[in-house]
Amino acid sequence: MGRVKRTLAPYLLVLPGGLWLLMFFAVPMATMLSLSLQEGDIVNGYVFTGHWQTYVEAISDYQTQLIRSLVYGVIATIILIVLAFPAAYWIAFYGGKRKATYLFLLLLPFFVSFVLRTISWRLILTDDGFLLRPLKEVGLLPENFHILGTSAAVIGGLVYNFLPFMVLPIYVALERIDPRVVEAARDLYATPITAFRKVILPLALPGVFAGVLMTFIPVSSDYVNSEVLGSSSTTMIGQVIQSQYLSSSNYPTASALSFTLMAVLLVGVFSYARALGTEDVMKVAAR
Amino acid sequence: MTQAPEAPVLEAPPTRTVKVRKKFGGVQFMHAYTWLIILWLVLPIFVMILFGFNNPSGRYNQTWQGFTLKWYRELFALDDLTSALILSLVVAVAASIISSALGTGIGYALGRYRFRGSGSMNLIMFATMSSPELVMGASLLTLFVSLGIGLGPITITIAHVMFSISFVATVVRARVITLDRSIEEAAADLGATAWTTFWKVTFPIILPAVFSGFMLAFALSVDDFVVSNFTAGTSVTFPLWIWGATRVGLPPQVNVMGTLIFATGVLIAVITSIRSRPRKQTI
Amino acid sequence: MFPTTKPDPSVLRGMTQRRFGRRDALRLGGMSAMGAFLAACGVEGQGKPQASVAPDAVAKFWDGKVKNGTLDFANWPLYMDPKKPELKKFTAKTGIKINSYDEVIQEMGPWFAKVQPQLSAGQSIGYDLMVITNSIQFGQFRDAGFLAPLDHSKLPNYVANAAKSYSQSSYDMGNVFSIPWASGITGIAYDEKKTGRPITKLADLWDPAFKGKVGMFRDLQELGNFGLLAAGLKPADSGEAEWKKAAAKLREQKDAGIVRQYYDQSYVDALGKGEVWITQAWSGDIFQKNVSDGTDFKFVIPEEGGTIWTDNMTIPVTAANPVDAIMLMDFFYEVENAATLAEYINYVCPVPAAQAAIKKHAAAASGEDKEYLNSVADSELVFPGESDYARLHYYVDFNTAEEQQDFTKVFDPIVLG
Repeated sequence: MGRVKRTLAPYLLVLPGGLWLLMFFAVPMATMLSLSLQEGDIVNGYVFTGHWQTYVEAISDYQTQLIRSLVYGVIATIILIVLAFPAAYWIAFYGGKRKATYLFLLLLPFFVSFVLRTISWRLILTDDGFLLRPLKEVGLLPENFHILGTSAAVIGGLVYNFLPFMVLPIYVALERIDPRVVEAARDLYATPITAFRKVILPLALPGVFAGVLMTFIPVSSDYVNSEVLGSSSTTMIGQVIQSQYLSSSNYPTASALSFTLMAVLLVGVFSYARALGTEDVMKVAAR
Repeated sequence: MTQAPEAPVLEAPPTRTVKVRKKFGGVQFMHAYTWLIILWLVLPIFVMILFGFNNPSGRYNQTWQGFTLKWYRELFALDDLTSALILSLVVAVAASIISSALGTGIGYALGRYRFRGSGSMNLIMFATMSSPELVMGASLLTLFVSLGIGLGPITITIAHVMFSISFVATVVRARVITLDRSIEEAAADLGATAWTTFWKVTFPIILPAVFSGFMLAFALSVDDFVVSNFTAGTSVTFPLWIWGATRVGLPPQVNVMGTLIFATGVLIAVITSIRSRPRKQTI
Repeated sequence: MFPTTKPDPSVLRGMTQRRFGRRDALRLGGMSAMGAFLAACGVEGQGKPQASVAPDAVAKFWDGKVKNGTLDFANWPLYMDPKKPELKKFTAKTGIKINSYDEVIQEMGPWFAKVQPQLSAGQSIGYDLMVITNSIQFGQFRDAGFLAPLDHSKLPNYVANAAKSYSQSSYDMGNVFSIPWASGITGIAYDEKKTGRPITKLADLWDPAFKGKVGMFRDLQELGNFGLLAAGLKPADSGEAEWKKAAAKLREQKDAGIVRQYYDQSYVDALGKGEVWITQAWSGDIFQKNVSDGTDFKFVIPEEGGTIWTDNMTIPVTAANPVDAIMLMDFFYEVENAATLAEYINYVCPVPAAQAAIKKHAAAASGEDKEYLNSVADSELVFPGESDYARLHYYVDFNTAEEQQDFTKVFDPIVLG
C-alpha cells in the first residue's frame, strides 16, 4: 500500500499543475494551429478547410516586419551581451559584500510596470522634452531632429527592458567560477588574455546562453517598445500579430503569423544551441 | 572595452576579498560603468516618480509645471483607474495562490522523485517559460473563442496561473534538490507518517522557496500586459488601463500608483532579504 | 442637412433590393413623420443597405424587460466630464444607479475584438450601453446581431430634439439600433509655430518640408478616406480600384519618410509634445487641448474636404439592464443635458436646440467661463453650419464582408509598414 502510494506520489503531485499546463498551454497551441488553417470571417464564423495558403499570404505580406523583428532581436541581444558582461563581471568579482545590493539595484526596474517604464522613456526622449529641447534651443540639433520613432529608440527600449535578464544569468555563471581555477591558469603562465579566453569565457558561456534564451525570444516578439517608442517604419511582427487579432479580428492570418514567428524563433534558438553544443541547452533547461 | 574585462582577471578572482592592487584603471572603469548602467536603469523610474509630483495645468502631464502633493491626496479620484488597480490585485492574489499550490506540487515532485514523464514535464515547463508571451496570449484567446467562453477576470487568472506555474515550480525544485533527506528519514524513524513528515518537516524547509515563488507569480501577474491584453475581454487591469490612457495623456495618479507600487515592492524585497539572506539565484 | 453625393448604381441597387428592410426599419421606429421626411429628402448618397430586421424584433426584445435600477456604461475616454454631472442628475431623476461608467473603448477594432467572444457566447459583456463609431465594426456588430433593436416609443426626447439628418445615416437607417452620442469631424490639426505657415489642404500632409513630423490615423477608414480625398476621389462611392490608388498615394507619403507614425487617439499627445507638427485630427480633441492646456493648435477642414463620423449609443443584445440603458439614451436628448455634455466634450452635438441652451449658460456666467461657453456655442466644430457640412464626406461603406476585407487588405499593409 505504502509502496503504491510512493510510486503514485509524484504523479499525484504533478497532475493538477500538469493538467493546467496541458489545458491552457498545449491545447491552445493546437487550437491556434487549427485556426490558422481555417477560412471565414469573424461575423459568420470559421470553417476548417486546410487552407495553408494563409501562411503564404501572411508571410509575403508581412515578411518585412518579420525580418525586421529578427534583426532587431539579434542586434538587441548582441548589445545586451556587450552591456551586461562587464557589469555582471564587476559585480561577481568585485562586488564584495555589497553584491546583493548591486543586483538589487539592477533589478529595481522590475518594481515598475513594464508598460509604465516604457512610457516613461517616451516622456524622456520626446522631441521637445527636457532632453532634446535645450539642445535644439542652442542649435546643436536641427529642429526636426528626433530619437523617438527611430530604430535606435526601439532597440534602446528593448535593451533597457531586458538588460536585467542578461546581467543575472551571466552573473550567476561568473559567480560560480572557482577562483582557484583562475589561479591555476595563472600558475601555468597564462597571460591575462589567455586566462580570460580559455578559463573565464568558457565558464561564463552557459550564463550568456541562458541570457540569450531569456532575451532573444521576448525581444523579437515584443510589440510594446515599438508601439510606444517606434514609428511606422519600425513596426515589428508582434504589432502585426497583435493588430490582426485584436483590431482586425482576422484570426486565421494572426494565427498563421503567430505560428510562423514561433517556428522561426525556435529554429533560431535551437541552431544557436547546436552551435554551442546541446549539453548547454539541457543544462539550462534543467535549471 | 576589450581591455576592461581582461585586466583584472588574473588579480581579482583569486583574491576576492583582498583589495585589488591597481595597475590598471580597468576595475575602476568597470565600477563606474556598473553605476552608469544602474543610473540608466533607474532614470525612467525617477522620471515617473517626479511627474507624480507635477502640477500640470491641463490634462496632459508631459512638461514640468510645478510641485504638488495633490495627486497623492486624490489618488483614488479616478474610479476606473482604482477599479483597474483592484482587479489587478485580486487577479494577482488568486493567480499567485493557485500557481503556488500547483507549482509547488510539480517542483516538489521533480526535485524529490525520479519518475517517468519528469523529462516531458521539464520540457513543458521550459516551453511555457520561453514561449513568446504574445503567442501564449493569442493562443489562449483562440481557445476561449473556439469554446465560446467569454473573456473576463476568470480567463485572465487562468492565463496568469498558466505562465506562473513553471516559475514557481522552478524555484521550489531548486530548493527541494538541495534538501537534506536525512532529516526526513529521521522523522520517519521517529514514527512520523509520510504526511506528517511532509507538513512538519519538509514543508517548513521549502516554505521560503514557496514564498519566493508566490512573490514571483504575484509580480509577474501584476505587471503582465501582453497576455492580459488577449484574455481580458472588457475587463481592465492596471497595465491595460495605463495602456489605454496613454492615448489621451496619462493622469498623474498613474505615476503616484506606480510610485507606491514601486515603494511597496522595494520595501518587501528589502525586508525579506534582511530576514533571510538572499539566495544567489533569483530566477 | 448632410451632403449627398450622386447615387451610384450600387446604391440604387441597394435601395430597390432592400426596400422592405428599410420600410421595416421605419415602421419599427413608429415614425411615419420621419418616413415622409425621408421620402422628401430623396436618396442618401451612401446607400448602405440595412440589415433586415424582423418586424416583431423590437417587441420580442423589449417584451417583459423592466427597469432594474442599475446600469453599466461603456464609453470612450474624455467623452464626459470626469465628475459626471449628467449621470448624477440621471440617478437623481430616475433612481437608476450608474453601477459603472468605464472609458474602455479606445478604438473600434479592438473593442469589437474584445467583446465579440462574449457576445457570440450569448453572455453579457458587463455593459448595458456602449458608444460605437459608424465604422467597419458598426457593421459587424449590426450584422452579427449583437445590437438590440431600439424601441422608439421609449425615446420621446430623441424623437423631439434630435437633428433629423441623423435618422438617415446609412450605417443605421432610421436609427434602428443606435442613436448618436456625438459626431466629429476629421480634419487637419497643426502647430503654426512649427509649420511656419497656415495649413489649408490635404497636400500639406504630403509636404516634404514636414518630413518625419506628419501624423496620420491608424484607423483604416480614416486613413483610407484621406488617401482617397488626397487622390481626388470621393470615399462614399469608391471601390477597390480607387482604394488602390489611394493606397499608392499613402504609400508614397510613407516611403518618403514624411509620416512619423500612424496614430490612434495618442496623436493629441504627439502634437502636444511636438512629435508631430501637422496631423490628421478629430475636431473636439483639438478644441479641448487648446482650452485645457492653453495651446494654440489650429484645426482645419482641408480644402479637399474632411470626413464626418458619428459615435452612437447602442445596447448590446445581451445587456442585463436594457430598459435602464434606453432611459439614459433618451436622457441625453433632453436639451439641457445635451448642452452640458457638449460644453465639456466639444464635439458635434446631435441636439440643435442645445446651442441656445449653451448661450443661455454663457449669459448667466461671467469672465473666463462666459468666454469659454460662448466659444463652444459659436464653434463650427460643435454646431457646424451648412457650409461646413458641404465640405464633409462620409466613411467608405461596405455592402459585403468581402468588400470590407478587401478594403482592409489594401490599407492594412500601409499602417503595419
